[in-house]
Amino acid sequence: MSVTKEQVQERVVEALASFGPDADTITSSATFEELDIDSLDLVELAQIVEDEYGVVLKGEDMKELNTVGDVVELISTRAA
Amino acid sequence: MSDLSWPPAGCALVTGGSRGIGAAIAKRLAADGWPVGVNYRSGRAGAEQVAAEIKAAGGRAFAVGADVTDPASPGIIFEALEQQFGVPVLALVNNAGISADNLSPSLTDAEWDAVIDTNLTAAFRFTRQALKAMMRARTGRIVNIASVVGLRANPGQSNYGAAKAGLIQFTRTAAVEVARRGVTINAVAPGWIETDMTADVNTDLLEAVPARRAGTAAEVAACVGFLVSQQASYVTGAVLSVDGGLGA
Repeated sequence: MSVTKEQVQERVVEALASFGPDADTITSSATFEELDIDSLDLVELAQIVEDEYGVVLKGEDMKELNTVGDVVELISTRAA
Repeated sequence: MSDLSWPPAGCALVTGGSRGIGAAIAKRLAADGWPVGVNYRSGRAGAEQVAAEIKAAGGRAFAVGADVTDPASPGIIFEALEQQFGVPVLALVNNAGISADNLSPSLTDAEWDAVIDTNLTAAFRFTRQALKAMMRARTGRIVNIASVVGLRANPGQSNYGAAKAGLIQFTRTAAVEVARRGVTINAVAPGWIETDMTADVNTDLLEAVPARRAGTAAEVAACVGFLVSQQASYVTGAVLSVDGGLGA
């Protein structure tokens, strides 16, 4: 089963919103710092991604990611 | 005390639950309404007996064999319990422990490694595994069974004391990392408790215990039951001594 970038985007926004920020502030260009998403939130996001898409995001992967768009892009590429 | 929202939709796992303190904890959590996984390594008959007693009392229990020092064991046990009970582990009691006493100048590498692997490293791995579901559930309870020996020196137990002190600081650190997810992690530090592990200890030492008696496994289990309860929701990173005043 392949997953579209739009589906990944929707799921990532839903997950990030559960950590605190308003869904309408979670745009592709928003940085995790702006959204007040911290390292524990990213660990949980990685867990969700692994459970739902089978994509394993390691610590070094997460360090490269600054924006919501970055993480959506990485997941979409690896899940394809 | 009944609360329709507690226990949450999860099960409990007690490592080293075939006898002693672990068996008492398994029975206590089952009585509090948790489906309980009773882990054992070699004590299969004991674990099955504990599970049978829980079922006879109207509870749910499942004996699950695995050596906690096997890095694969957390994944295997958690999956087995989820299959058995249909819910994730939301209460974990890291109780499995061994001792291999010797004075430090004579302590062997094997004695050191075995005690650290079972009492500290396994608790870390089980906690790491449990946190995955607990963080997403926004609730969870982890209780690590430490020891008064992790707080005060006891000659002949430098390996055991180091492992238990390490377990206490692991408890505190992990607790603050995940506190805002509604997950609590605490330690219980038993003193002298009447179990197989303390059967050979010289009872003259009881004079050092202000209460002048050994504790019982049920007295330790009652404290674990409290920390796993909803009432303890604001208690995290704490070390609860259950030692008749020995460490006071």
